[in-house]
Amino acid sequence: MDTRQFIQRDETCWEIKPYGNMRVPAIIYADAQLLQDMDQKVYEQITNVATLPGIVEAAYAMPDAHWGYGFPIGGVAAFDPDQGGVVSAGGVGFDISCGVRTLHTGLNIADLQPHKHALADALYRTVPAGLGSRGRIHLNHETMHGMLTGGAKWALEQGYGEAQDLERIEEHGCMAGAEPHYVSPRARERQKDEMGTLGSGNHYLEVQRVTEIFDQAVAKTFGLHINDVVISIHCGSRGLGHQIGTEFLKDMAMSAAQYQIVLPDRELACAPLNSPLGKKYLGAMRAGINCALANRQIITHLTRQAVATVFPGIHLGLLYDVSHNTCKLEQHTINGQKKSLYVHRKGATRAFGPGHPDLPTVFKKTGQPVLIGGSMGTGSYVLCGTQESEQRAFSSACHGAGRAMSRTQASKQWQGRTLVEELAERGIIIRSPSMRGVAEEAPLAYKDVSAVVDIADRAGLARKVARLEPVVCIKG
Amino acid sequence: MNSKTIIPHWEHFEHEADIGIRGIAPTLEQAFEQAAVAMTAVVTDLDLVSDSKVVSIHCEAPDTELLFVSWINELVYEMAVNGLLFNRYEVVITNGKLSATAFGEAVDRQKHQPAVEIKGATFTELRVYQQADNAWVAQCVVDV
Repeated sequence: MDTRQFIQRDETCWEIKPYGNMRVPAIIYADAQLLQDMDQKVYEQITNVATLPGIVEAAYAMPDAHWGYGFPIGGVAAFDPDQGGVVSAGGVGFDISCGVRTLHTGLNIADLQPHKHALADALYRTVPAGLGSRGRIHLNHETMHGMLTGGAKWALEQGYGEAQDLERIEEHGCMAGAEPHYVSPRARERQKDEMGTLGSGNHYLEVQRVTEIFDQAVAKTFGLHINDVVISIHCGSRGLGHQIGTEFLKDMAMSAAQYQIVLPDRELACAPLNSPLGKKYLGAMRAGINCALANRQIITHLTRQAVATVFPGIHLGLLYDVSHNTCKLEQHTINGQKKSLYVHRKGATRAFGPGHPDLPTVFKKTGQPVLIGGSMGTGSYVLCGTQESEQRAFSSACHGAGRAMSRTQASKQWQGRTLVEELAERGIIIRSPSMRGVAEEAPLAYKDVSAVVDIADRAGLARKVARLEPVVCIKG
Repeated sequence: MNSKTIIPHWEHFEHEADIGIRGIAPTLEQAFEQAAVAMTAVVTDLDLVSDSKVVSIHCEAPDTELLFVSWINELVYEMAVNGLLFNRYEVVITNGKLSATAFGEAVDRQKHQPAVEIKGATFTELRVYQQADNAWVAQCVVDV
C-alpha cells in the first residue's frame, strides 16, 4: 500500500489519524518496504477495528499483518468493558488459541544427523496430521467437560505429560473462566476424535536446529545454544474452535443491531463484553483455549513417545507454549491508571516483558519467550518480551511470516514433489500426506520471516534471541 | 442475455491467507450447489470423489447471504464429523429455508490426498447477488 496514507511516527511506527467513525488511531509497525508490500485490505481492516465501541488507545497491526477476516491477521486491539467495549469472534479467529510450543531435546545436530530419517518416520507415524486423520483418544461427555475446563492440566491428569510442563504454558496450562456449557453439541462432536491431531494448512511439527544466537544471556536462560536441536509444534483448537467461531460469528452478526453496533464489515461481528452474548462467547472461547492447550499437550506426549523410539532415555522439556489467536483479560496501564482490558490478538503473540507478574520465576528477568513460526523450509525465531512492548501494543508481537502469495498461486507455481526433493537436497526432510498441501505451503509463498522479526525487534515489540532452522517438517 | 443460457460453473478467487469459493448459475439454488463444488475442489481433485453416499442437509437464516454461509458450514460440519467429501449437490430453497442432498464418499487419504481441511465459511467477500445477465453468484472466503 501507499505509505503516504500514514504519518510516520518513528522508524517502525506508522499512524493513521482517526477519521470518519474511527474512535482511536490505527498504528502499523513496519518499515517502508513491509508497509508497501502489505495489502490495502490491512489498511481497511485496521481502520475498521478502530471504529468498534470501547476500543482503547489504538488498533494495532504487527509487521506480519495481512488480509484477514474483519480483523487483519496480525491485529491487536484492547477493549474496556466499562466503556461499552466489545468482544469479537472474528478478532479471535476460527482457530481459537492456535499457537506454538517449543520443546528442548538435549540433543545437538551431530547427534541427530545419522538418525534424522528414522526420527522423521517415527514422528510421522505417531502424530496424526492432515485431513482425515483421527486421534487415538475418544472423548465422552465427562472427559470432554474435563478437557474444556482443565486444558493442559487435564491432559496431564490423564497421563499426557509431566508436572513441570505446566508452568511453561501461558495461563499455567489452564484458562480460567471457561464455561463448557456454552460449547455447543456440534462443536463437541467435531472434537471428540480430534484430540492430539495437528490439523492441516500451515500447521506443522518441526525438528529444528539453533543456527544463530542474538542474545547470549537470554538464550542461556531459555536453555538455547548454537546447534541445539529443538522440536516445535504449531496447531490449535481443531474442530471445536472452528465450530465455536462459526456459530458465534453468525450469532454476533445477527444481534449487532440489537446492541446498536454499526458494523463497517459483517465479519467484524461483535457483542458488548457485558452482554449475555458477549459473556457466552467468552466462556465458550476460553473453553476453546483449553482445548488448544490440551491438544498441544497431548501432541507433546506423542512427540516424546516417538522421540524415545529413536533416542531412548532422552528428556523433552518445554521451552514455552504461546497462543496467537485469543482474547484475554489483562491489566494494562492507561494514562497512569491500571485498567482491566480485554486484549484481542488475532495472529499476534502475547509478549510480556521482564517482571510481569504472570510469568514463571525462570522468565521473570528475561521476559516471556515469544515463539515465531516461519514457513516450511525457512527459519523460525525465538524472541523475548520487552518492557516497552507494553506501551507499543499492549505487550504483543508478530506471530509468523504471513503469506505473500495465495494458495491458488502457490499451487500453480510449485509442485509438491519437486519442493520435497529440493528441500531434501538442502537437508530438510518433509513428511506430509498431501503433495498439493506441500505446494500450497511453499517457502516462497510466505514473506521473509527474518524481515518481519527484525522489525518486531527494532520496534521494541519483542527482542531477538535465537534463530531456528528446520531439519524435519511434518505437515498436516 | 437470458440467464438460462449460462452454464452452471464454479471458480476460486484469491484471498491472501486463504481461498475464495464462487458458484455462478441461472438459479440461486444452482449457484449454491456450484459454490459447494468449489469448496470440495479446495480440498481435493473433484474427479477423485465418487457419489456413493447421500446426506440430507437442512438450514435456515434471516437473509440469503447468511443462508449461504450456513449452507457451506453445514457441509463443513458433515465433512468433519463423518469424514466425507462431496462431489455434487441438489439444493432447494423455499422461504429462506434450505433443503439439500449432498452426494459423496468417505475420505480416503491415499486416494484423495486432501490438501487442506476447511475450518469454516467466513463473511469475507460474502456476496449473493444476481448479475446484469441475470445469473446468480454466491461466494465467500473459506478459512483453511
